[in-house]
Amino acid sequence: MDVLIFIVSGTLAAATALLFAAMGELVAEKSGMLNLGIEGMMATGAAMGFVALSVSGSHSVGFLAAAVLGAVLSLIYAMLTLVFRANQVASGLAIGILGLGLSSAIGKNYEGKTVTGLEELDLGPLSDIPLLGPMFFQQDVMVYLSIVLIFATWYLLNRTKLGLIIRAIGESPESAHALGLKVRLIRAGCVAFGGAMAGIGGAYMSTAYTPLWAEGMIAGRGWIVVALTVFGTWIVKRVAFGAYLFGSISLLELSIQAFGVNVPSQLMSAMPYIVTIVMLAVISRNPVFIRLNSPASLGATLKLN
Amino acid sequence: MARFVIEARPERSVWAPIQVSLLAILLTCIGGSFLFMAYGVAPLKGLEAVFIDPLRSTYGIGEVLLKMAPLLLIAQGLAIGFRAQVWNIGAEGQLIVGAIGASLLAIQFDGTTSPLLLPGMIIAGMVGGMAWAGVAAFLRAQFNANEILVTFMLTSVALQLLYYLVSGPMRDPMGFNFPQSISFGPSATFPILIPGTRVNASLFLGLGVTVLALIFVQRSLAGYKLSVGGVAPGAAMYAGFSSKRAIWLALLISGGAAGLAGVGEVAGPLGMLQRNVSPGYGYAGIIVAVLGGLHPIGILFASALMALVYVGGDFALLTVGVPNAVTGIFQGMLLTFYLACSFLLTQRIRRITPETVPKGAPAE
Repeated sequence: MDVLIFIVSGTLAAATALLFAAMGELVAEKSGMLNLGIEGMMATGAAMGFVALSVSGSHSVGFLAAAVLGAVLSLIYAMLTLVFRANQVASGLAIGILGLGLSSAIGKNYEGKTVTGLEELDLGPLSDIPLLGPMFFQQDVMVYLSIVLIFATWYLLNRTKLGLIIRAIGESPESAHALGLKVRLIRAGCVAFGGAMAGIGGAYMSTAYTPLWAEGMIAGRGWIVVALTVFGTWIVKRVAFGAYLFGSISLLELSIQAFGVNVPSQLMSAMPYIVTIVMLAVISRNPVFIRLNSPASLGATLKLN
Repeated sequence: MARFVIEARPERSVWAPIQVSLLAILLTCIGGSFLFMAYGVAPLKGLEAVFIDPLRSTYGIGEVLLKMAPLLLIAQGLAIGFRAQVWNIGAEGQLIVGAIGASLLAIQFDGTTSPLLLPGMIIAGMVGGMAWAGVAAFLRAQFNANEILVTFMLTSVALQLLYYLVSGPMRDPMGFNFPQSISFGPSATFPILIPGTRVNASLFLGLGVTVLALIFVQRSLAGYKLSVGGVAPGAAMYAGFSSKRAIWLALLISGGAAGLAGVGEVAGPLGMLQRNVSPGYGYAGIIVAVLGGLHPIGILFASALMALVYVGGDFALLTVGVPNAVTGIFQGMLLTFYLACSFLLTQRIRRITPETVPKGAPAE
């Protein structure tokens, strides 16, 4: 029973940062913007959130500061690609590198320090239910907000006019432009949303999941997020499922040793990346399937006047 | 009334890439000035510490040349892939596996005086880098798996492989459990070029690869096919240029070059295999390739500049007390500003005065 509780509650917590960043990236990619700078934006969010929390003592201020800085960074990406028509891949890498540099500068004086983590939400009698309580109802508020975000993203993309516009722009920005839609503005908005969510995801890592700041703590999660959109073939529920799957894989590292299995710890640390590579190959095997599901203009330079 | 318009360049200008790079450097210096002010350092003093101070001593110049070698190797290889729109961002991992490959030989034949050891290590490192990049090429060519993501993930795997090896099978048995290999002997290290510095002969590898890249890009049919595939994939397909071949070629070349850079580190300044094989050369190499306009000669200058930023960051820490995190920000700014200015490669800004508008031209 304890094992089950550990796996379920641990997966929920481990997937939270991935979910925030992945839902944001999904919205940006749906509008045709392949933002590869997620890693840098998550790192900056983690550093900024940690510093803001340390200074203000408020978790809300930490998340807010992380979201704002994430959005600002992503808007630089939007400007490069939408105004200066730079290559999306190169621009994303530029923001990623800039963000990693920024995160190390912001967090310099806080290296190795800790803060009080986010408290578990008091759900009254729900938390006391045997088995289900410890599994689902002894989590912090961001875990529940990340679940709300899944449904909100699904609703936005599939049930609102704005969602339809975003998807139309992602399929063909030229046609959308011809229809009089504000392609650049909406794409910039989607990218900014993605940046803010990546910032929050990063801040969750440094202020709740492991409440400390260490340079390089995002450790490739931003890239796993980009990979998640491919696994999920740009469908909300599949992306969310992928995030939980990876959350559970990252638990392996902790649990295998706890159970006394003698495997090199480095192999367990490498596992999420190995699984990502294998899954990418399996899912991408059929190029037609990928092409049918991916936003048609994803990654292409905007050619509007 | 004079005004400015942005218009398409009638032909590709030779000078445009140089202008764009210089403009990006200028803007980075301006951005850097604000950064120094944020740390309470006079901007000119800060810029002097980064860009001038390292060049004042033989030791400083030596350090710049030392860091230039791996950047040059990596960027020349990456640029060939980038021209073909094959985005290998995992040079860091290929460097690590190259370093591991070379170290295996150095440890196996420790104590030998054979002059063949170093050439053997060079080949082992190159093969290691090619093999690691080859995994990405195979998955992309056979399974359509995105090479950007795969090469990045492989870097994380390579890092864990390195950690495993230096704390286990390849650890120095007499090394008090430090996670590092034995120190390599003289026959397993590159000779020093300038006495009093750490510059070693691996710089010649970089310069040699630069010459090869120049020939490959400008004179060979394979290089031409790659470029066409990047600029006009449709045309390449119509001409029967295999895209799978392009992927293999681009990744093997860039992986091999990054592997060489790994050899240069373990058989150069490090003299052993350890956890920190590279201070992010694989990622900085991406910036160098783009900043150099994906041209072998441009990359030569860009690698010198990026090496200067690396060394200058350390100097700034010592002389004006700015944390060397600024190195990363400078790198990011260089690439960001380059991309922002890169529209000038195909567009130009022209000043229009009443005199330059021909009579009878339609009013706008």
